[in-house]
Amino acid sequence: MSDSNNTISKTIIVATALSIFCSVIVSGAATYLKPIQEKNKTLDRQKNVLAAAGLLEDGVDVAAAFANIEQKIVDLETGEFTTAVDLNTYDQRKAEKDPSLSRALERSEDAASIKRLEKYALIYIVRSGGGQIEKVILPIRGYGLWSTLRGYLAVENDGNTVAGLTYYEHLETPGLGGEVDNPKWKNLWPGKKLFDGEGNPAIDVLKGKVDQNTPSPEHKIDGLAGATLTANGVENMFTFWLGSNGFGPFLKRLKQGQVS
Amino acid sequence: MADSSKEVLINPLFKNNPIALQILGICSALAVTSNMNTTVVMCVALTFVCAFSNLGVSLIRNHIPSSIRIIVQMTIIASLVILVDQVLRAYAYGLSKDLSVFVGLIITNCIVMGRAEAFAMKNGPGLSFLDGVGNGLGYSIILLVVGFFRELLGAGALFGYQLLVPYTEGGWYVPNGLMLLPPSAFFLIGFFIWILRSVKTEQVEEEEFKSIHHEEAANYDLQTAA
Repeated sequence: MSDSNNTISKTIIVATALSIFCSVIVSGAATYLKPIQEKNKTLDRQKNVLAAAGLLEDGVDVAAAFANIEQKIVDLETGEFTTAVDLNTYDQRKAEKDPSLSRALERSEDAASIKRLEKYALIYIVRSGGGQIEKVILPIRGYGLWSTLRGYLAVENDGNTVAGLTYYEHLETPGLGGEVDNPKWKNLWPGKKLFDGEGNPAIDVLKGKVDQNTPSPEHKIDGLAGATLTANGVENMFTFWLGSNGFGPFLKRLKQGQVS
Repeated sequence: MADSSKEVLINPLFKNNPIALQILGICSALAVTSNMNTTVVMCVALTFVCAFSNLGVSLIRNHIPSSIRIIVQMTIIASLVILVDQVLRAYAYGLSKDLSVFVGLIITNCIVMGRAEAFAMKNGPGLSFLDGVGNGLGYSIILLVVGFFRELLGAGALFGYQLLVPYTEGGWYVPNGLMLLPPSAFFLIGFFIWILRSVKTEQVEEEEFKSIHHEEAANYDLQTAA
């Protein structure tokens, strides 16, 4: 390196030239690849929705299968469909943090430890050939041991029977809490009943296995060995999202046949 | 430096391994090795970045003012890393989700920066490129070994294919959950270094403190007692 490199003008020239060169490469790549990335993101989300609804089989064309699924925005407070936000651009994840689209939860009502609750939720509806609602797929989230678990809960058209559950994002301990991804455990869910006779959320994730002689086994799920806190998180998530702040009002209307 | 290009490429594999001897780049070796898929992608990503950052730095090494040389190196490395990250997001979305921040953290991987500063600033583009590839491969060897054992023992699988059927699914194998957690990589890297240094004894470092010999110790005790 000669001394001529260390003049101020040379330093500025090298820095500027390098910055311009690198920024052209970086922004070029980002712009060029953006459409493909967006497509991947959507595909990933659609895959998880299909998985929750039990429609994801090996070799299934995700985009084609998803075309039969209808998307709707639900006002969580009233449980009614709304057009207050644009379906195609609504980003629920951003809305969670946006003060105009969400509110802070009191600690007493925040069973799932999510701190803020959005006003509107993007849900998915699976219809039968005759246009009747078959299943609804609801986004849920809540805190486990290490992280917020995000997933989809599919509910049958009676507004009470679980059709499927899947988590698409969590950072729980692999092999312990991470077993929420285990297909065997997920298969325990379909057929379980969400609400008791009085319409209160009743899902109970046990420690250990469900004893067949236990009263009302239809609300109970085997726990995850060595992952009591994650299991509690899952239970709390159900308590919250099926309650009056979550999808309670919507599911009530679904049960009464007011949703079409 | 009179290294032949072959030596430059081969030496970092075992003789001067960036992780085992230089103990650099441990962070990502712990984070991404819980299964082979992410491990391989990380290895390819790091080798690519290391090779091309070395090439880039070496090409302009005679024009880099010494006052901003680190920043110049960082800029080149960061641009390459962003490029890799963007490509992964576009063509291997699932994997890039698993790797999350760790692709981005290649920017701060000491191996890349270390080679740019120690080698590419002083050598020609061809040699520097080979040095980058060599160090990338040296890093990869360790990661692949660690990833192999972690996935096999932790999940009973390799590349996601179930080889040992765990007892939860009716098989006999009891997966070792510790292997899926980052600390297990420490043990495995430790074993790797142990084996490597048993074979190549010249890599054993001199002890920083000499222990006192028994008799000396006895004398010392007597003296202090007296």
